[in-house]
Amino acid sequence: MSSLHPVAAQIIHATSSIILGKEQQIKLALACILARGHLLIEDLPGMGKTTLSHTLAQVLGLQFNRVQFTSDLLPGDVLGISVYDRNIGAFTFHPGPVFTHVLLADEINRATPKTQSALLEVMEEGQVTLEGETRPLPTPFFVIATQNPTHHIGTFPLPESQLDRFLMRIRLGYPDPQSERALLQNNGGRAHVGEVEACISAVELMALQAEVDHVHLSDALLDYLQALLQYSRQAVDYTAGLSPRAGLALRQCAQAWALMHNRDFVIPEDIQAVLPGVAGHRLQWAVGMESHADSGLHLLNAVAIP
Amino acid sequence: MSVTRHALRNFTPQRHDVIWLLLSLLAVWGLHIAHLPLWINGLMALIFGWRWLIESRSWSLPRMPVLLPLTLLGIAGIVASFDGLFGRDASVALLTLMLGLKLLESRTSRDFMLVIFIAYFLTVNAFLFGQSMLVAAGMLIPVTGLTAALIGLQKPQAASDQGLQLRLALTLLGQAIPLMLVLFVLFPRLPGPLWGVPKDSYKSMTGLSDRMRPGDISELSLSGATAFRVSFAGAPPMPSQLYWRGPVFGYFDGREWRADARAAYLPRESLSVRGEPVRYSVTLEPHNQPWMLVLDMPSQLPEGALASPDLQILAREPVRTRIRYEGVSHLEYTLADQLSPVAERYLLQLPQQGNPKARTLAEQWRAQLPDHQAIVEAALRIFRQQDFYYTLTPPPLGANSIDDFLFNSRRGFCEHYAGSFAFLMRAAGIPARVVTGYQGGELNPVGEYMIVRQSDAHAWTEVWLPHRGWVRVDPTAAVSPSRIEAGIASAISETASLPLLARRDYPMLRKLYLNWDAINNGWNQWVLGYNQQKQAELLSRIFGASFPLSLLTALFIAVTALALGLISWVLLRDKTTRDPLQQVYTRFLRKMARAGLQQAPEEGAQDFSRRAQQQLPMQAAKIAAITALYLQLRYGRPSAASLQMLKRQIRNL
Repeated sequence: MSSLHPVAAQIIHATSSIILGKEQQIKLALACILARGHLLIEDLPGMGKTTLSHTLAQVLGLQFNRVQFTSDLLPGDVLGISVYDRNIGAFTFHPGPVFTHVLLADEINRATPKTQSALLEVMEEGQVTLEGETRPLPTPFFVIATQNPTHHIGTFPLPESQLDRFLMRIRLGYPDPQSERALLQNNGGRAHVGEVEACISAVELMALQAEVDHVHLSDALLDYLQALLQYSRQAVDYTAGLSPRAGLALRQCAQAWALMHNRDFVIPEDIQAVLPGVAGHRLQWAVGMESHADSGLHLLNAVAIP
Repeated sequence: MSVTRHALRNFTPQRHDVIWLLLSLLAVWGLHIAHLPLWINGLMALIFGWRWLIESRSWSLPRMPVLLPLTLLGIAGIVASFDGLFGRDASVALLTLMLGLKLLESRTSRDFMLVIFIAYFLTVNAFLFGQSMLVAAGMLIPVTGLTAALIGLQKPQAASDQGLQLRLALTLLGQAIPLMLVLFVLFPRLPGPLWGVPKDSYKSMTGLSDRMRPGDISELSLSGATAFRVSFAGAPPMPSQLYWRGPVFGYFDGREWRADARAAYLPRESLSVRGEPVRYSVTLEPHNQPWMLVLDMPSQLPEGALASPDLQILAREPVRTRIRYEGVSHLEYTLADQLSPVAERYLLQLPQQGNPKARTLAEQWRAQLPDHQAIVEAALRIFRQQDFYYTLTPPPLGANSIDDFLFNSRRGFCEHYAGSFAFLMRAAGIPARVVTGYQGGELNPVGEYMIVRQSDAHAWTEVWLPHRGWVRVDPTAAVSPSRIEAGIASAISETASLPLLARRDYPMLRKLYLNWDAINNGWNQWVLGYNQQKQAELLSRIFGASFPLSLLTALFIAVTALALGLISWVLLRDKTTRDPLQQVYTRFLRKMARAGLQQAPEEGAQDFSRRAQQQLPMQAAKIAAITALYLQLRYGRPSAASLQMLKRQIRNL
């Protein structure tokens, strides 16, 4: 079996020392970042969402800003505002927290749709346009958003069109007893985030991101990818099938996953590994089909590998 | 293709598709409702109602704790109702019940497909209970409905149009008709039924019995069922000559007439005939007895039939399907001009005691009258002159049944007259026997054939006179001449107890019935009666005199093999790709399968290899190498890795 890419292994190892027993989620998050996508982490409060994103930023040697989203947060609080400076007699722009490499948008679904959409626009464009002036964001730039399960009180659920902006959605879940014990023994967790050292620089990260695009996709693999997309559109299980954008996202993530596993070509297992994260938030069960099963896993089980 | 096939199990059909299927299943149930026990019908009604509520009110399906006891109770109920699970009735009941229960747990397309195929099978089973045109026509409704339901299940998206489905189903069935006709006409017929039908299928067949007791035939006369149909080559004989010979009884035990085992070993009776032969063909309804009814006296054996010494015509085994045979008979004949001493002893047998009055009367005649002929006439005179009545409902008789009848009640049906007449003759020293069969028949002008019903069942006697041989004497004719001349309906006054169709009133109804019977007769002759022989006839008429049936068989085997091959090729094509790499890899999978490892359709090669390595640690390195090479070849960039290498590694595994 193929071992991990040395750099990836390093990153994962470092992150795992803080977020205990969540190697799979860390790998998915890393794949998402390597695929140049934004990440949505959905879970209950206190599961380590913030710690994970903070650690990742640190390990990747990136600048990190955090915004706690609340219902009275305004777009300006995120993007920045122009303030009149009496000394120079002109407006000066005070960049908001968005001008960073990694923006942690904590509890994004507690903000009003107006603020949400301002952020999501930035995610799409990679630049901020205010008062006719366009200011590019630093590269790499990505958003790690966290959200509470949508049925929680005081949330504005993200509409499907905005969910689609996130390349991947992952859930952390409770730690296993062993990891929890280690956590309780103060061997990990938030307190130690500061101790982690960067494994790579932003430049190295961008090089890795560029490498992702060169991972080979064979015809046989594209057949499989298309079969998955086709099934999601034909089956009556879902309200709507996967969009072409979702298909591209799947491809990109699978390539990143393959690269992380030190391979220069994608195999079906790569797609299967990333699909629940990539497709889970894009596939809604049809009425009458609601099931507690993961809609992405359901798709994988339904489609044979050609 | 493989995607959709595999994915099928996960579709949940639309609500209206399920309701449509329910309606079709109701039609299938309707085919069997008459021969299912009441409790199963009640249960089925409940199940259908429940399933409908599940669909219309979005109730959830019952779970295992409900279904399992229901299933077990149902099976127990069937065992109790039918004394077991085997046989036609029990099997059909079981199949119906299982269909209902399966319906209750059906959620996905896959489940419903199963339900539909069970339903098709259950539909065909209706032929076990009857093969009339009505049954066949009745099947068209569920078959069309089920086909439309099947189409509904197969379409992937919500867009649904019941009318379109129905039209499509009808089109499909319509397109199948020419194929069906060609197969019906040309498919090689087998000499017997293709498979055995459960024994209890025959229990309800009515007809003549192998013994005769007072009351047997009058009971049979209450049935309006058709016994057989006859079409004559020329003009039919007079009604009074229409004696259809069936079982012959030469042994009387004081209560009933039957054939003794000795009868089969008597010398064959010689038959000499005069006059013109009567040629006819008989289509005999199944009656689960070997007798093949023929006109008195058969001068030529129908094909495949046997004749007993006393000229009963027998099939080689009980008649359980409708058969057709050609008969040749002569109305003028001499049967057995000589009677051997053994035969005479047998034909004069009487029980040691009983019926003293009749015996005394016979002794009297023997002493007083000059010859046998006179004795016969004396006996007939009693029937004619004393107040004997011909009735379907004779009073019960005492221990000395013949005395009781002759001197007391004097009310009887043909078996009373024939039985007591034969007794009198034997007591007077004249060899005599009872013949049962049918008398008369109704000519159907529509199809120019004669219908003989169970209500025409009759019994008469034969007495043996020196120089004349066996002479048919029908004592019933002496009591009620119109029975013989004009049929049973004119002879019985209490017509109410006769079957409706044997009666003479309601001319409109009769006419309608005769038309209907003519259509049915055509169905029997041309559809059900289309056997090997008829096929050969038809083919030689089409293709010339000597069309070899074996060529046809060979042709059909070839065509069937070709079609099967084509279908399997289409079905398997996308499974075993012609891609050489996949073929090589399939070899690897086969080796793994022999070790008990099966790759799931959605399982990738790497995951499979990991699983295989755990299961077969000895081979782990080789499996890993093969998988890595395969993955490289299939998903990687073109490289130095070669197929040959993979082949070699798999061979070495």
